Amino acid sequence: MRPRLGRFLVWRLAQAVVTVACIATLNFLLLHLAPGDVVDVLAGEAGAADARYVADLREKFGLDQPIAVQLGRYLWSLGRLDLGHSFRHEMPVFQLILQRLSPTLLLMVASLGTAFVGGLVLGVTASRRARSLADNVISVLALLAYATPLFWLGLMLIVLVTLKLGLLPAGGMYTIGANQNPVAYALDVLRHLILPATTLALFYMATYTRLMRASMLEVLGSDYVRTAHAKGLSARRVLYGHALRNAILPMVTVLGVQVGSLLGGAVVVEVVFAWPGLGRLAFEAIFQRDINLLLGILLFSSCLVIVVNLAVDLLYTRLDPRIALE
Amino acid sequence: MRSLKSVCTTLAMVLMAAAALIAIGSAGAQGRRGGTLNFILKPEPPHLQGALSTADPIWQATSKFHNGLLNYDPNLNPVPELAESWQVSPDNRTMTFKLRRGVKFHDGHDFTSADVKFTMEEVIKKYHPRGRTVFAKLEEVQTPDPYTATFKFSAPSPYVMFVLNASETPMLPKHVYGGSDPRNNPANSAPIGTGPFRFMKWEKGQFILAERNEKYWDAGKPYLDKLIFRIVPDASARAVGLESGDLDVGGPWPVPIADQARLGGLAHLALETRGYTMVSAMLYLEFNMRDPIFKDLKVRRALAHAINPAQFAAVVWFGSAAPATGPISDKLTRFYSPSVPRYEYAPKKAEALLDEAGFKRGADGVRMRLSLDAAPYDENYLRSGEFVREQLRQVGIDASMRSQDAPTYFRRIWTANEFQLNLYGISNTPDPTIGVQRLYWSKNIISGAPFTNGSGYANPQMDRILEAAQVESDPQKRKKLWDEFQQFAMTELPIIPLLRLDMVTIMNKRVKNLAAGGLGIYDTFADVYVER
Repeated sequence: MRPRLGRFLVWRLAQAVVTVACIATLNFLLLHLAPGDVVDVLAGEAGAADARYVADLREKFGLDQPIAVQLGRYLWSLGRLDLGHSFRHEMPVFQLILQRLSPTLLLMVASLGTAFVGGLVLGVTASRRARSLADNVISVLALLAYATPLFWLGLMLIVLVTLKLGLLPAGGMYTIGANQNPVAYALDVLRHLILPATTLALFYMATYTRLMRASMLEVLGSDYVRTAHAKGLSARRVLYGHALRNAILPMVTVLGVQVGSLLGGAVVVEVVFAWPGLGRLAFEAIFQRDINLLLGILLFSSCLVIVVNLAVDLLYTRLDPRIALE
Repeated sequence: MRSLKSVCTTLAMVLMAAAALIAIGSAGAQGRRGGTLNFILKPEPPHLQGALSTADPIWQATSKFHNGLLNYDPNLNPVPELAESWQVSPDNRTMTFKLRRGVKFHDGHDFTSADVKFTMEEVIKKYHPRGRTVFAKLEEVQTPDPYTATFKFSAPSPYVMFVLNASETPMLPKHVYGGSDPRNNPANSAPIGTGPFRFMKWEKGQFILAERNEKYWDAGKPYLDKLIFRIVPDASARAVGLESGDLDVGGPWPVPIADQARLGGLAHLALETRGYTMVSAMLYLEFNMRDPIFKDLKVRRALAHAINPAQFAAVVWFGSAAPATGPISDKLTRFYSPSVPRYEYAPKKAEALLDEAGFKRGADGVRMRLSLDAAPYDENYLRSGEFVREQLRQVGIDASMRSQDAPTYFRRIWTANEFQLNLYGISNTPDPTIGVQRLYWSKNIISGAPFTNGSGYANPQMDRILEAAQVESDPQKRKKLWDEFQQFAMTELPIIPLLRLDMVTIMNKRVKNLAAGGLGIYDTFADVYVER
């Protein structure tokens, strides 16, 4: 088993390097298809410029070079593990991403964790009493949560919780300028986290609930579950020991996909709650044509997807021994 | 007799002392020390250095950390800031500024005329977006002593007197910026100025924290302990923040314009329109004069008659605008002239003009199909585009709007020139040589630079008027030239000035003194305070 795992990992790593290089090149070329560059944006925002001002800026950013040269330079610096410099923020891309990474991870872990556990419990509950009142209520609520636009849900939560009830802060990640001890700081961040995490979690929980219910129903109808019942196992044992473990596989797959996309996929929630996450950074980078920053974030996300996929593959073999590494 | 005199003297002295006490008392009541102000900054700026960019959020932020030589009163008359007094020679070629003594940068260094010379010659003239244009005639800044800075011009540049405030021309420390490319200086993102607030921290995507400059030269000021620039990207979230009291001040137009009246109606919020004369924003509909269709003056005039500006201001801008009569805002009283050709709303007249020009309605009722690009970076401009499109449809012009983002739009209009109608807002700035000439002067047709002469309009007579106004040092004669310009611009009509935009600051009523000067949210905030 061990040497096989080692070979598997080396092979996947080699694949990953090639994939990442292709992604970087493709992204670079794709982003250059968009008309206008960061200098257009900066000069436009400045509301005034002359030809020298514009030319000077292009030279400063290296945008006066042919695309091929720019691409070569970019790949060369990537090879040295340098993500380059953000035109817009005037700082290294890597540093910017690091700054935004922990808020993103915090939001992601909190919302996906809540959604996964909540979805699991609700899905199992619904499937155990399919077509019952509880099942119908859960299904309708899940459908509603899934269909509600995130920004609207977020704003309504702000209006209700912040404006009407005055319970939680409307935005930001912590109270600015309050010198707090670590415990108070953690509680402060938690208070700021609740609304955005809930908004996001409700959406994902809906997906997980539907998925878990369907998957459980399918498994519960299969022969080996009937066998387990027949040999006299308790309903509880059958449900959690036999059915759940099989039914959870699609959930893990979807979780993997969502972990990969959540890095940039929480834009709406980050904007509404002024949460300083990576999604917002990427979103703004598009409109500002901050190509280096955008490429950096995309590259970072693609690495994450690759790592998560690998982790999901390994997790499959733990959950279901019939699946082997290839 | 003697005793009466002495009684009188004593009485006078007592009265004077009482008057002085009252004065002190009222000065004390004017500003309350302490407190924090939460100020909305949108969008998050790339840096905080107004000497390198005139972007709106940079203007708002840079002026809290820096000072200019001058400040301006509500009528845009210069008042002292770092310069205590100044003198302009009759030929407008020499401006002498006497600097305030004892002014220190945040790092403890003295501010002297060497900093003025350095800022003007090495930074503003070389790297300011309009520095090369505005200070084109500035040959040298002489420094006969540490507290005198003398600007020497090769030709009169009267407009320079109106751009010496902290946002447009901040005074930078030579010892920090000297000897390297100012564009790469770390102080651009962590400013070191002489201003009332010291930069503390910038958490990207969240806030910029500034604290009171304890050693500010204007003793007792600023009143605020802390100034926090809050970065709140979502307009609805900004509205909620203002409503909940979490955010104190934001402008221009910090929330969707349709939501403005509701917020203004809340007991704790106020709408403030003062403080934007320096900007004097206008909404222009611009023709691409390279397009053969618009070579015919009748077509340009027809479009002017087809649009109802009063309805436009009311319906799209909810009253945050007023019909414009010409290219110069009537708020710029020094230059505005009402005696220009007017194009009243008269769709019948528009149709007749189009008929005359040979654009008859086709079988489908359409005379011509045009493209209309509205500046995409502001929701209000897009709504404006929809309004204009509907108005044009009434007279048989089918205008189609393009959906695009800001960089695409800038490229299309000012680099590729691939457009027909362009609708956008632009600032007049305090002087038309800076803010208006750029759109009408043939020498300002510059490929690749946004907000230059994008229409491609070129007329020798227009150039002559503008160039004469650049160097005319007599205010009366200069006003005459600008009158002539306005008349000619409205006769030629390469641009239809549709509206004067009245920008709005929304603020909590606990914030005081915000609009006392002429610069509003672009002022230093040394005088701003909050009530408990």
